[in-house]
Amino acid sequence: MRILPVLGMLAYRNLWRNHRRTIIMLSAIVIGTWAMIFMIALMRGMVEDMLRDGIEALPGHVQVHHPDYLDDPSISNVIPIPDAELASRFESAGIESWASRVRVPAVITSERESRGVTLLGVDPLRERGLTFVDYDEVEGRFLDAADDTGVVIGRKLANTLETELGKRIVLMSQSPENEVVDRGFRIVGLFDGNVESLEETYVFIGKATAQKLLRVRDDVTEVFAFGDDYRNVEPVYERVASIMDDGVSVQRWTDIDTYLGTMLGVMDGFVLVWVVVVFLALSFGLVNTLVMAVFERVREIGLMLALGMQPRSILGQIILESMMLLALGLLIGNVLAWAAIKPLEGGIDISVVSEGMAMMGVSSMLYPKLLLSDVILANVVVLVLGFLASLSPAWRASRYEPVEAITKVG
Amino acid sequence: MSAVRCLDLCKTYHQGDVDIHALDHLSIEVREGGFVCLSSPSGGGKTTLLNAIGGLDRPDSGEVWIGEQRIDNLSKGQLADLRLRKIGFVFQAYNLIPVLTARENVEFVMQVQGVPASQRRQKSIEILEEVGLEGMGDRRPHEMSGGQQQRVAVARAIVSRPTLVLADEPTANLDSKTADELMELFTELNEHHGTTFVIATHDQKVMRYARRLVKMRDGKIVDDIDQKAV
Repeated sequence: MRILPVLGMLAYRNLWRNHRRTIIMLSAIVIGTWAMIFMIALMRGMVEDMLRDGIEALPGHVQVHHPDYLDDPSISNVIPIPDAELASRFESAGIESWASRVRVPAVITSERESRGVTLLGVDPLRERGLTFVDYDEVEGRFLDAADDTGVVIGRKLANTLETELGKRIVLMSQSPENEVVDRGFRIVGLFDGNVESLEETYVFIGKATAQKLLRVRDDVTEVFAFGDDYRNVEPVYERVASIMDDGVSVQRWTDIDTYLGTMLGVMDGFVLVWVVVVFLALSFGLVNTLVMAVFERVREIGLMLALGMQPRSILGQIILESMMLLALGLLIGNVLAWAAIKPLEGGIDISVVSEGMAMMGVSSMLYPKLLLSDVILANVVVLVLGFLASLSPAWRASRYEPVEAITKVG
Repeated sequence: MSAVRCLDLCKTYHQGDVDIHALDHLSIEVREGGFVCLSSPSGGGKTTLLNAIGGLDRPDSGEVWIGEQRIDNLSKGQLADLRLRKIGFVFQAYNLIPVLTARENVEFVMQVQGVPASQRRQKSIEILEEVGLEGMGDRRPHEMSGGQQQRVAVARAIVSRPTLVLADEPTANLDSKTADELMELFTELNEHHGTTFVIATHDQKVMRYARRLVKMRDGKIVDDIDQKAV
């Protein structure tokens, strides 16, 4: 360890000996780091957006259903616990962000068109802020209460049905006895979704109104609850599971929408792959720089060995030089990436390509998200791989025979 | 007591089909405090012998002793440690580390030895004064003349008081006046500090400073002259 200061001094001064070459390499590292982190933040933001929207549309981090409901989402498969009892259990468990719903397939008909939709019977007061519909942004109004007799549909669906606010539509579904049930509703609100598929799929009516329409008393088909973090749903999952009977199915969002769940893992994998790919491009420059630096200093290295420096110290000096270059490049790259991402946190308008992106569930605004864990991962991977890439030239330098090195010409 | 003992050293280099015997069953002993010049025509084996004594190169056979320690069978790391602690080197050219100042070059060996910073600084200033480079400690090698650079190399070689200094053609790149000054410095260090000097040269002026002149040819000692007696 006593030799570390002299190695550090030699490494630092040698780094700036050929300052043009060092600056070029440093620029490559800075740009690579910036691109690495900036791209990760964009991708992370996009995936977070997709996940957030997906979880809001599900909705919830945890859902409770009849065991057969996901295979057959009809009113026949209601949760075998009355809604009032469910409310009592959630409240006694201290779970605040939850709601119960009636969710069944239905057909909506205007005077011109018909479409298959998902009918949601909701308690608007309980659900406020938990789903993808922003009540305040609804044209007209959202539902007032669970027994509201109006209907709220998506703007895209209204266009498809060639109907509008204030007009009447008919909703048709099936009762538990497989009888066709239908009823006319007046459109009281039009909502906009981040992606058009939400506007086309979901139709909102009051929960009590839905129960009456479908001829169920106090039954619901779905209960959902939110925890603190969608990445860590175990706490809320365990709490919900603990208050449910054996005859119901409690599932995490990752189990319900495996595509979304997989996406989270894929994104983490993508971050690592992206960092490694960028580094591999950088590593050619880094290794070339070190090989040149060693090649130019053969006699000097021979001299140091002749004066009594241990071969391992030569190895350490070259690696230290590489680590200094990488650390400096990473530092500047991180700062630049942060400076580039910070002003964009309010969102980047990608509406130019939003139609294509909407197919993947991406909204027209992209919010870059810089996670500390991603930054740490990128920096650690670059330093570790940089260390490994430096080993070869450093090892070669340390194996020189002093007498051959010191007499080397050129 | 012996500072250096070489017993029956052989070293052969192969150039194509030709074998060159750089050291051919050579034996030599240098007493502590000795001032010896090795002289030979080019390719006579003086540098090979110097490298073998300094542990920079291994003989094919024979033994090399520095004081009471046999060194020809030591590992690379052990040889590096031996050079660090017991031997000072002055080479013909490219003696200094270009990114370090004169003072840092002098301190380099002490730094690797682990000498505390304050001691290092004190010693380096003193030794630079001793070799006539007072006030030049902050200059980089490229800011100094060839003679001044050699003086810095000498200062580095002797600063930690090694028992043995090996110099390979130390005056080859110096003008006559500077060469004389350097040799007078060597003589002074030898007489005042008792440092053993073994110098490889083919410079007649340098040979005149030596108390013992060993003439070599084709890897063998052909003459060993006690110049003091002469």
